[in-house]
Amino acid sequence: MKRVALLGMPNTGKSTFFNRLTGASAKVGNWPGITVDLLSANVLLGSGMVEIVDLPGIYNLHGFAEDERVARTFLEENPVDLLLVVTNATQLDRQLALALQLQELGQPMLLILNMIDEARRLGIKIDEQALVDDLGVPVVSVSAKHGFGMDNAQSAIIEALGKAHPARKAQLEKVFHEDDALASRLEQVFHDAVQVPLTATDRLTDRIDRVLLHPWLGLPLFFLAMLLMFEAVYTLGAPLQDGVAWVLEAIKTDAVEPAISGWNPVLQSFILDGVFDGIGTVLSFLPIIILFFLFIAIVEDSGYMSRAAFLMDAFMSRLGLDGRAFVMQLMGFGCNVPALMGTRVMRSRGLRLLTMMIIPFSLCSARLQVFVFFTTAIFSAWAAPLVLFSLYLASFLAAFLTALIYRKRLPNAEPLLLELPPYRFPTIKQMWLRGWREVAHFVREATGFILLGVILVWALTHSPFDVPPASPDTLAGQLASLFAPVFAPLGIDHLMTIALLFGFVAKEVVLGAMAVIYGAGDTDLAGIVSGRTDWVQAYSFMLFVLIYTPCLSTVAVLKQESKSWRFTGLAVGWPLLLAWMVSFTFYQGARWLGF
Amino acid sequence: MTLADLPTGQTGTIASLAGDPEIRTRIQSLGLRIGRDVAVIRRSRFGGPIQVRIGTTDLLIRPQQAAQVILA
Ligand SMILES: Nc1nc2c(ncn2[C@@H]2O[C@H](COP(=O)(O)OP(=O)(O)OP(=O)(O)O)[C@@H](O)[C@H]2O)c(=O)[nH]1
Ligand SMILES: [Mg+2]
Repeated sequence: MKRVALLGMPNTGKSTFFNRLTGASAKVGNWPGITVDLLSANVLLGSGMVEIVDLPGIYNLHGFAEDERVARTFLEENPVDLLLVVTNATQLDRQLALALQLQELGQPMLLILNMIDEARRLGIKIDEQALVDDLGVPVVSVSAKHGFGMDNAQSAIIEALGKAHPARKAQLEKVFHEDDALASRLEQVFHDAVQVPLTATDRLTDRIDRVLLHPWLGLPLFFLAMLLMFEAVYTLGAPLQDGVAWVLEAIKTDAVEPAISGWNPVLQSFILDGVFDGIGTVLSFLPIIILFFLFIAIVEDSGYMSRAAFLMDAFMSRLGLDGRAFVMQLMGFGCNVPALMGTRVMRSRGLRLLTMMIIPFSLCSARLQVFVFFTTAIFSAWAAPLVLFSLYLASFLAAFLTALIYRKRLPNAEPLLLELPPYRFPTIKQMWLRGWREVAHFVREATGFILLGVILVWALTHSPFDVPPASPDTLAGQLASLFAPVFAPLGIDHLMTIALLFGFVAKEVVLGAMAVIYGAGDTDLAGIVSGRTDWVQAYSFMLFVLIYTPCLSTVAVLKQESKSWRFTGLAVGWPLLLAWMVSFTFYQGARWLGF
Repeated sequence: MTLADLPTGQTGTIASLAGDPEIRTRIQSLGLRIGRDVAVIRRSRFGGPIQVRIGTTDLLIRPQQAAQVILA
């Protein structure tokens, strides 16, 4: 099978193009460094199947960040039939440099001028024929986002593949450092082919930046926007969640219960109290998850993340980090795993490890479910979003404190150089793709190891079967009393301790486990929990959930990316200790104050 | 004068690049090449990064690195 590799500078739309070409749903975002690993898909082009490979962006062939290494290694180790060099057509003055460098590899190449829609809007005129003449490679203009020119791109790929060339591996060491000859060639090609009007700037972006990057208003606006987002999660998401929970409850009482009424009581309990209540409680959060990820998709595609780096860099640099580390924290709000992978753009090992140390404190969507549940059960409707907001602030504080403590041990001297792309807005299709990705992920997890966790909790809380579920005589009860000396000073009772122990696997399991432990579906669970816990206990519990290890996948990725057991041990052990200390201080302090 | 000293809102022409080769290569890839005009759009507070514009590219650069971009 022929192989085509997508190469180009970061944030030029390689993944968007890849998705268009193959129908895949690679992650897209207006931030340089969204793709940090290889991704390939097969597609029928012309008369044969072709493997298309999406690579991380590279600025040149000499970069040594982990993501750039992925791209370099791929080129060196895999024969490629055609290089698709994707450029941002509005920035050819610098983007053609990479195309010229890649040409020195002598491999067949096709130059894609992407974002042609933006180039046209800015009044940039590109003479494709002049580019073809100067570079000697075929050139196609496309807008991968809106789909213009994709037919031409396809036929150009088919044509280029048709010219028989044995596929070759690249010999990168042969390409010399960016030299004067290349620079003057670049000037020449650009001069021949591209005309940029004098004031080719995106006025709307400038106008928005004047507000969002305002020296005094910038950060307050950021936090205000965050608060509004949580208000929206409650006002829009909570009713939807209640709806799903109500439907699930109806299915349980009207369909499942009658169907299995004659069965063995242990089996009945397993199906109803274990699988159905456990998984049902987790699934009832699906609408909130979708809503939340749509917000995240808009934020990630807007280009705001680079602005957040601008606003926070001065502060972060005092913690031994940089603005990008703050962006990774924001990415971690969705899920910590891609955020950890995203640190591959950092070249200094110290900076990278320190950032990986703080990302697990980011309040991810799984923890959000636990907090939405507890805040709605315990606090009044107006207080709940504020309580949630305070947990996000606590998540930042825990991260900053950690950086402060470890910055000396993980030193960093990396300069910050970051593109500030124009503001963009995702298309409906992009949002749909993103929403779908997250739903698929969520459902896969809920039916995979979350189900396993829930079943395990059921087994522990129901054996032996003849005593009340989760009572001190059950296996779970005995396990909980073992941990009682640790958790009792935090105000966390033995039933919630079981949920915490299983929450180590994934935070989604916490609620599933509680549903099983209390033997209640989502709708009744809130009442039971609020009857048994006061707000001080609940908040102490939430602080612990916030700070201790997010999930096993995070631990696996920490190990995979750091390649160090010692670091992984530290990145798991320290948050456990911190979680305990913070919950202890809060709980005892609040009780001492008389709450 | 260096890019770090260029007042906000003004434009200068890059004369040379100092600093170690690796960073120089990265700076060049982002469009800061000798002979190009560069403008300072805004500065962040507390000595944070500077937003600069070269042609149609906007960049964030810290003052330390901006000081390695020598203007004519
Ligand atoms: N206006 C416009 N925007 C585009 C086009 N193609 C991609 N984008 C946007 O550009 C941004 C970057 O797209 P990606 O596909 O993630 O870019 P990438 O090259 O894969 O980026 P990295 O993986 O970070 O190297 C996203 O906000 C896209 O929506 C296009 O043709 N026109
Ligand atoms: Mg990509």
